[in-house]
Amino acid sequence: MEFAELIKTPRVDGVVLHRPFLPTVEGTLCLTGHHLILSSRQDNTEELWLLHSNIDAIEKRFVGSLGSIIVKCKDLRIIKLDIPGMDECLNIASSIEALSTLDSVSLMYPFFYRPMFEVIEDGWNTFRPADAFKDLESMTDEWRLSDVNKDFSICLSYAPLVAVPKDIDDETLRKVATFRHGGRFPVLSYYHKKNGMVMMRAGQPLTGTSGRRCKEDEKLINATLRPGKRGYIIDTRTVNVAQQAKAKGGGFESEANYPQWRRIHKAIERSNVLQESLIKLVEACNDQTHSMDRWLSKLEASNWQTHVKEILTTACLAAQCIDREGASVLVHGTEGTDSTLQVTSLAQIILDPASRTIRGFQNLVEREWLQAGHPFQVRCSQSAYSNTKSRQEAPVFLLFLDCVWQILRQFPCSFEFNESFLVLLFEHAYASQFGTFLGNCAADRVKLGLLEKTVSLWSWVNRQQELERLTNPLYEANSLVIWPSVAPQSLLLWEGVFLRWNRSSKCLDEAYEEMVHIIEYNKELQSKVNTLRRQLAQLETEDPLLQSP
Amino acid sequence: MEHIRLPKVEHVKLLDRVSARKSRVGTLYLTATHTIFVESEDGVRSETWHSSSSSSSSSSSSSSSSSSSGVSLMVHCKNFQLLQFMVPEEQDCQDILLSLQRLSQPESYEELYCFAYKPNVAEEERQREWNFMDLRSEYKRMGLPNTNWKLSFANQDYKVSDTYPSEVFAPESATLPVIVGSSKFRSRGRFPTLSYYNRDNHAAVCRSSQPLSGFSARCLEDEQMLGAVLRSNPRSEVLYVVDTRPKLNAIANRAAGKGYENEDNYSNIKFQFMGIENIHVMRNSQQKMLEVCEQRSPSMSDFLEGLENSGWLKHIKAILDAAVFIAKAVSEEGVSVLVHCSDGWDRTSQVCSVSSVLLDPYYRTLKGFMVLIEKDWIYFGHKFSHRCNHLDGDPKEVSPVIDQFLECVWQLTEQFPCSFEFNERFLITIHHHIYSCQFGNFIGNNQKEREHLGIHTRTHSLWSYLWTNRADFINPLYRPNHSQTQGVLRPSTAPYCFKFWRGLYNRFERGVHPRQSVEDCLRTIREETEQLEEQLASHKQVKVLGYPTAWIFTPDIRLANTPQDYTSCFLTSSPRPAGGSPVTPQDLNQTSSFNSNGSDQESGIADLSVQSPFSEDSARDSDEAANSAA
Repeated sequence: MEFAELIKTPRVDGVVLHRPFLPTVEGTLCLTGHHLILSSRQDNTEELWLLHSNIDAIEKRFVGSLGSIIVKCKDLRIIKLDIPGMDECLNIASSIEALSTLDSVSLMYPFFYRPMFEVIEDGWNTFRPADAFKDLESMTDEWRLSDVNKDFSICLSYAPLVAVPKDIDDETLRKVATFRHGGRFPVLSYYHKKNGMVMMRAGQPLTGTSGRRCKEDEKLINATLRPGKRGYIIDTRTVNVAQQAKAKGGGFESEANYPQWRRIHKAIERSNVLQESLIKLVEACNDQTHSMDRWLSKLEASNWQTHVKEILTTACLAAQCIDREGASVLVHGTEGTDSTLQVTSLAQIILDPASRTIRGFQNLVEREWLQAGHPFQVRCSQSAYSNTKSRQEAPVFLLFLDCVWQILRQFPCSFEFNESFLVLLFEHAYASQFGTFLGNCAADRVKLGLLEKTVSLWSWVNRQQELERLTNPLYEANSLVIWPSVAPQSLLLWEGVFLRWNRSSKCLDEAYEEMVHIIEYNKELQSKVNTLRRQLAQLETEDPLLQSP
Repeated sequence: MEHIRLPKVEHVKLLDRVSARKSRVGTLYLTATHTIFVESEDGVRSETWHSSSSSSSSSSSSSSSSSSSGVSLMVHCKNFQLLQFMVPEEQDCQDILLSLQRLSQPESYEELYCFAYKPNVAEEERQREWNFMDLRSEYKRMGLPNTNWKLSFANQDYKVSDTYPSEVFAPESATLPVIVGSSKFRSRGRFPTLSYYNRDNHAAVCRSSQPLSGFSARCLEDEQMLGAVLRSNPRSEVLYVVDTRPKLNAIANRAAGKGYENEDNYSNIKFQFMGIENIHVMRNSQQKMLEVCEQRSPSMSDFLEGLENSGWLKHIKAILDAAVFIAKAVSEEGVSVLVHCSDGWDRTSQVCSVSSVLLDPYYRTLKGFMVLIEKDWIYFGHKFSHRCNHLDGDPKEVSPVIDQFLECVWQLTEQFPCSFEFNERFLITIHHHIYSCQFGNFIGNNQKEREHLGIHTRTHSLWSYLWTNRADFINPLYRPNHSQTQGVLRPSTAPYCFKFWRGLYNRFERGVHPRQSVEDCLRTIREETEQLEEQLASHKQVKVLGYPTAWIFTPDIRLANTPQDYTSCFLTSSPRPAGGSPVTPQDLNQTSSFNSNGSDQESGIADLSVQSPFSEDSARDSDEAANSAA
């Protein structure tokens, strides 16, 4: 096993672990191929099991012969290990560094992990495009499922099956694919049952500086319009950025060639800007010595909340076009794998009550992120403490989760899941024992054999004990469109992620428990009353005296 | 009323600040105490009593500006409501403006609403309202008087300090000459006296004004007084003296013959500055913050920058930091603390009361919180009428000192959601009535003035009103036996723990608040639970017919939940200046040309209600046109 070569010192005794808001623990540190483990070998003391893949960066410090390793995790936690012995410390540090940055995906933990729980429902089979299409078919016959991409030859980042307008044949799709960035021809993202309007997504059109056009592309998207109706194209970039994209062969739909469509430009930032923003935000949150002025100024300078507002606003706009204007919408940015997905998935949260359930949200993540080809592997390979500048990493998915949290805060009774579910998805997107977020697209997942070799996160989540923890006790299904506020006063810092390790959440957790308690007690009494009522009814039927007063 | 130039104006439009379509047309009435807007549409009479409290204190400033469809009148209320009226005739608008300006700045106490407010309540009942609050029993609750503290009558008939209450607690060993001597060495005669006594360890929070020490003056009695305060805490060998001001301010006061205690002159004191700014800084800070709140569609950066520049949260943090210091000294070190600022009625009241909230769970109950305000604010002479601008007076005397206290408590409720018996609505209601002048509690600047005005004989008390309606103010998460409820609160004062209080400062901007309220849900559930408990207890034949889960707020959402202006007026569902006709290419051109004159495209993204995304499109098109022409 090649991990052995990387582990020079597999165990060290007398290591002291410092964690936020927990007492220090002294114990034995063990390194395995995938975990950093600290065990005190005492009962009742919590052990530390840390996935190497969760480690974002490490720092070494020495005072005499006592070395310390500061481990900065992708879930934003920072822990410190005091290791006696300079050599041991150096060996551990270099092993962690090597093990946390393995190049080969197939060496990652999900390929070695065997579930310790009973898989009731295999998450890999829970959300199939064909099943989703069945739901669509029950509502409309205007769409068909095309397998034009079955061997990923048309579009590397699409799933083998995609929904397209019924009247558009595969040949047309092939032509359109050559006109769209990354071959991402317009496909169905969401069908709004209420009025039959649709949301599509795509890559940018490759108009270039010469203003190339593609009749098939025009035909495809026009096929989604009702007679005499107009549609909206939401370009997630500013007009300047879109304009500049022409020089690199990209571009946008011109008014002349798409007269039935009105284009709206928004300003969602590109991935490297978002990464910078995350780094700045976390830095601001982690410095406890800030004055109020400095904190607010760093929060502002990080621009994180600005991104949240921008993404939410764009999603609301898309939802508004569909629900209030009765118009169909096409969303794209440049590649169509980042800001586009933020917008289409959030618009569904707003419009579609089903996506606000636990299962519906999994389905949404599966459809609009995983199968839609958001490159999780590269985007989540580093988090806020990274100092490598590969420019590929970006908290695109985290921003989406943050936006969902904002809506959840504004509509606390409209979601079946609670904040913990969103935090869980954030953690697993960055480091996980499950294969769900490995690879960059459906083609990668096939190539890696994830379905056969790894366990799906959904297999683990969709079990009673997990679902209980993730269920929002206040949930009452409502079939309404929920319009969030995007005013700066309404958007909050997501404390559950960004301040999670910086302040004690004891009192807030207690408040949550109290809420659960109040609701459970109520249900208990209800069932007692109902039982009594039934008994009474029974007595009445059995006892004729009661029947005739 | 001679101040009302125009009692009634018709066809006035009340603009909705968020959505222009929701504007209402009606008749505006001015009365001596209220501005009333009666909507006149479809024969339905819907009345809005604006600034439901008295306009005589609520509209703090109004201004007018004219436009084509009439003259616009902005009314800024003290409860942070912002009303914008469109009045068809300029002269009418001018008359309303002048009337409101006069009505909102009464010249004498007699004009205030509390003296006119006569609900249908018997005189006996009205008297009982005032008996609800009894500070003697509060001191008794603390365990006083005892061997360390005695009730002193030194200030009977207000002869020692006219801004102090007539009855105060003083150290057992402080003789009358010591008290009187000390008072002569303190600003406004406000000698050291007891604010809070911790019966568990005998440590006390005491309050006074600054000493008149100048550069070198001493006062034997004052030194003896502090010695007496120290001795009243037998287990402690030291007394903290906390000057809540920034050191520079305190030094500046020395030049005026005032100042702070010299550690060398007083035995066993430890002196500490706290750095809370004065009333003028606070007034300007709140003004700046309110300007940020009132922006129509600020970007995130505008908002955060504005919030930072206002300095408001910094000041809130400074107050809480000081309170935490005192609570820690009293509870952990068992050391008594003497708190003062300059006159000892602004920062001192803030810090004493916030630290009391931290120290004693009683002050986190509904009743206890009212007692606390009565004791540390009303009783000890916080100058409500000056600070809240109840009467036409010196604008430099106005300052949101009490707002800051309420906000500190709100910040604490955010950190300790189960620790307070009352909810946010309670704090906001108290705030509202501090400014409304409907009740007599906050009228006047001190006890002496209130006695002179006959507040207790002529007005009603807010406290009994709040107590009668306490069901509205209960925090459903509060449980008296919860661990969070008991003991001393130890809040974090890291800057990120402080939030903008949307519930107060944007109270009337309905669009920015959560559309569903966890608290309301829980309250309903608890009410239902109580009914269920009763039914189970009474063993009655249950009449329950399939209890509906009454806590679904669907109709509520339906009403409140409409899209904000996520984009400009180009969508038909967004407010449009004229009609709701579908968008036509002509419209598009109009919007484009309207926006092409130098509107900032980037901020257009944020400023959704004004800008059109198509402005970018048109910019692009004109670029293209230019390109092809070239």
